[in-house]
Amino acid sequence: MEFHDTIAAIATPRGEGGIGIVRVSGSLAIPIACQLFRSPRAVSPAELPTHTLTYGHVVDTTASGERIDEVLLGIMRAPKTYTAEDIVEFNCHGGIVPLTAVLELVVKAGARLAAPGEFTKRAFLNGRLDLAQAEAVAELIGSKTELSRKIALNALEGKLSETVNRLSDRLASLLAEIEASIDFPEEALDFMKVKTQLQTARAIQVDLMHLLQTASEGRLIKEGITVAILGKPNVGKSSLLNALVQTARAIVTDIPGTTRDTLEEAINLDGIALNLIDTAGIRQTTDIVEQQGVQRSKAVLNQAEFLLLMFDASHPLNEADIELLQTAKSHRAIFILNKVDLPVVTHAEALRAYCPKKRVVQTAIPEGKGIEALKIALREELLGGEFVLGESPIVTNARHKEALRRAYEGLNYAIESLANGMPPELVSVDLHISLDSLGDIVGKTTTEDILDRIFSQFCVGK
Amino acid sequence: MMNTYHKHYDVIVVGAGHAGCEAALAAARIGCETLIVTINLDTIAKMSCNPAIGGLAKGHLVKEIDALGGEMAKNIDKTGIQFRRLNTKKGPAVRSSRAQADKKAYQDEMKRVLEAQQRLDIKQVLVEELLTEGGRCIGILSQTQTAYFATTVILTTGTFLKGLIHIGDVSYSAGRAGESSAEKLSESFLNLGFEIGRLKTGTPPRVNAHTVNFNQMEIQPGDENPLPFSFSTERHSFLQKSQPQLPCYLTYTNEKTHDVIRKNLHRSAMYSGRIVGIGPRYCPSIEDKVVRFAEKTEHQVFVEPEGRDTDEIYLNGISASLPEDVQVEMVHSIKGLENAEIMRFGYAVEYDFAPATQLYSTLETKHVPGLYFAGQLNGTTGYEEAAAQGLMAGINAALKVKGAEPLVLDRAQAYIGVLIDDLVTLDIREPYRMFTSRAEYRLGLREDNADLRLTEIGRHIGLVDDNTYSRFKRKAAYIQTELKRLHQTLLKPTAATADRVAHIVKTGELKQPTLLADLLKRPELCYEHIAQLAPPPEALPPAVKEQVEIQIKYEGYIQRQQRQIHQFKKLENYRIPDMFDYANVRGLKTEAREQLSKIRPASIGQASRLPGVSPADISILMVIVHQQKAG
Repeated sequence: MEFHDTIAAIATPRGEGGIGIVRVSGSLAIPIACQLFRSPRAVSPAELPTHTLTYGHVVDTTASGERIDEVLLGIMRAPKTYTAEDIVEFNCHGGIVPLTAVLELVVKAGARLAAPGEFTKRAFLNGRLDLAQAEAVAELIGSKTELSRKIALNALEGKLSETVNRLSDRLASLLAEIEASIDFPEEALDFMKVKTQLQTARAIQVDLMHLLQTASEGRLIKEGITVAILGKPNVGKSSLLNALVQTARAIVTDIPGTTRDTLEEAINLDGIALNLIDTAGIRQTTDIVEQQGVQRSKAVLNQAEFLLLMFDASHPLNEADIELLQTAKSHRAIFILNKVDLPVVTHAEALRAYCPKKRVVQTAIPEGKGIEALKIALREELLGGEFVLGESPIVTNARHKEALRRAYEGLNYAIESLANGMPPELVSVDLHISLDSLGDIVGKTTTEDILDRIFSQFCVGK
Repeated sequence: MMNTYHKHYDVIVVGAGHAGCEAALAAARIGCETLIVTINLDTIAKMSCNPAIGGLAKGHLVKEIDALGGEMAKNIDKTGIQFRRLNTKKGPAVRSSRAQADKKAYQDEMKRVLEAQQRLDIKQVLVEELLTEGGRCIGILSQTQTAYFATTVILTTGTFLKGLIHIGDVSYSAGRAGESSAEKLSESFLNLGFEIGRLKTGTPPRVNAHTVNFNQMEIQPGDENPLPFSFSTERHSFLQKSQPQLPCYLTYTNEKTHDVIRKNLHRSAMYSGRIVGIGPRYCPSIEDKVVRFAEKTEHQVFVEPEGRDTDEIYLNGISASLPEDVQVEMVHSIKGLENAEIMRFGYAVEYDFAPATQLYSTLETKHVPGLYFAGQLNGTTGYEEAAAQGLMAGINAALKVKGAEPLVLDRAQAYIGVLIDDLVTLDIREPYRMFTSRAEYRLGLREDNADLRLTEIGRHIGLVDDNTYSRFKRKAAYIQTELKRLHQTLLKPTAATADRVAHIVKTGELKQPTLLADLLKRPELCYEHIAQLAPPPEALPPAVKEQVEIQIKYEGYIQRQQRQIHQFKKLENYRIPDMFDYANVRGLKTEAREQLSKIRPASIGQASRLPGVSPADISILMVIVHQQKAG
């Protein structure tokens, strides 16, 4: 068995729809179409021009010649196709029965069922996409917001790979200089001075750092961020959650709630998916004493990456409030001073006394006061202001981030060695590590296990 | 009428240069009945070019040959006239040893060693033909029509296959100046279907010391405390033999020299288009240097004695194929050589080589089982590169005769591994010379630890004698004990210690109990400082101290490189089945398929180093090999 057999899968989601597609890729794709497809004008798929759609029927030629479905047949010949192989697509009437029937015929005719991600894996193995691009396909499919879609498309178009390759080139030239100075000490050629090597290395490091730093934004944009709303009972947590959900676009998401006792809602805040956890659910669904509520809150604390801590402006701070304020010191958080429409007892200064650096937003949620200010504050805290997607790529993939981190670390060691006047062959050790790590991103040396891991994250039919 | 020689050999070695000698000695020492043949018994182990052994990266090879039980290091220790350690101020991985040799003594000594070797016969024979039967190599046929039969044959013919010497517009067939080339053997070779390429190399003029004005040059003496190459060389006799050391001298070419060369370029064999072979970029002729580095106003010329009993002087750095009259004018333009009398003129030699991609990593040919190639025949340049291959070919031929597993060193184990892997994998288009940058895992492949890396292997195959081995074990034990002590002993910041720390070793004060190992990692400290602060129970030999210092000081780097080696081994151990059919792997690009089918790499690792094979090709290959293995 080899991967250049022909694979097939239903490429559209399961369930009833207006249209469903059976995709076939490989050398048998067109012969299979010839066998199964009949057009009213009796044109054979083998004679159809590439990248065309043709009306006709899928016919079960092994049985009575029965018509299975009315279809549009898409023909795409290698190499300019998704997989760089011949591809045919049967655009069937949606619905699982006709689709499955067509797929069965295709398999009977010599194709085999594709594994998840196998079409994309072929695109990679056929050299049409590099590894980073192939991964971008999965991210494009999984994108939750417009912003994450744009970033994934950027990567698919090779922007990330280009940037990484440019960094690799610069590192490789530096390494070549250093290697030459080791091996030809007597040739008295004009080698780069150590000072220049150091400057060069630092310049590369700065750019590497920029790319690496996009990873935190990238992750935020791709996966969103878990934000917990915490506060004592009746402070207004549920109202805040509802207000945020109503004013932002809610996302239909399949992220499972990790704590059954909490309510979770996902919203799209200007391109960032916020997965909001409201501990209010705890109090409303069960009758428990406050002490237990605090313990639950602590569990949520561990899970959340960002906290919205609510305080009641109309009451003095109590023990629970103070405990929250203490906890906040070690977390990223915004303080919300709610109910400022009532006579104010607790002022922002009282909160700042505990955590002088945290932002305080004053709200009166039923009036809608302060919600916009809160959203602006959140955006600034999470992305450092309004996020503008420029030309430069954003790292959204954990594997890439890890490789960049190793590349950065290697370069850092090398710079340290250069700065301490260590001999060139020691500098070279870490530059090599850095260079290899960059190579991992675009798949210069990829082992089979990594490939499997990457492509198993795809859905069938892609 | 063909005669048959009355003995049947296990191993026959053709050629007695640096590769041939190592091959024959290794085979005989492992226990094989061995024959070594050469065109001329008076040129055994002849140093045809420069009078030195070792140097950057080459010194590493010599130390590795020694650790495996080869002869080169011992021989130079007995016949060296100047010993130097290079790069002592640089990092540990690029420190290397070099010795000037007494050329004649080196030859004579090697001949004596061959003569004294049990199970080794030596014969002056001109080989005309390789004998084969059923596709296997079974022996050789001499010019006098005597057939010598053997289980394995190792060919180490250097530059003698279709050798052609050029001086200006004069060319003649010769293996070396004054020695005939092996014309018929070349044909026999072609008839067996081997692919042949053409390379060239060159050598500079030699002059009479009496006509050289050394006062005009910089003197380059040997080290005050010379160190031998070989682990087994006994210090006392080494010091006796290497004294007095002879100096080398340094002078420079100048604009006048360059003018002479430029003016006569059209008469240079190289530049008039007479030579088709490709020369080494790294050891260029003076014509090459003047053309390629036009902006340089001078080039170094090392003035090196050729021995104790001769006044011939080697002018290292001005290898040339210019006509004789131009060579005279060129030499006379150089400071100190104004009146120098040339004794031998420089020349270029063109010769056939067999691209080593036709070999397995054991150096056995893929095409003719039982036949091995080693040395310059495989496209390398340098005595050390030749000797390393000879040793490995000798070992592997002997192991094959004995039915034992072959010995293949990998790129993380030895420079020898790097050398042979490059030769059998890469498309060599110029004479291959070893550099430290060819070794990815250079930091672990140091001269100082060659014995630690390879002695056990040499012992296992039977090339390391009891005495050397027990001395080695003792050294290894010393190192372990001392490493352990430094990693476990805390130096406490008492008043007495503080005083010693501050005054004797001049380093920052100790604030808390500190491990000796951590103290040694301070950049300003070396092992001797530690030994002063906390002496070991007994005084340690310098080699042990050096080893301990390097292993501790560079621990972080060594560990990080170790992780890379781990990755490398993963791909190296990903074996491709012997009979793997590349024709059926459809995703491969044409160039990759051709390369893979031709070279037939043993592992995915080797495949990934083939020119023309892209990462995508490797991914495809991994998927298919994986699938085939899975079922």
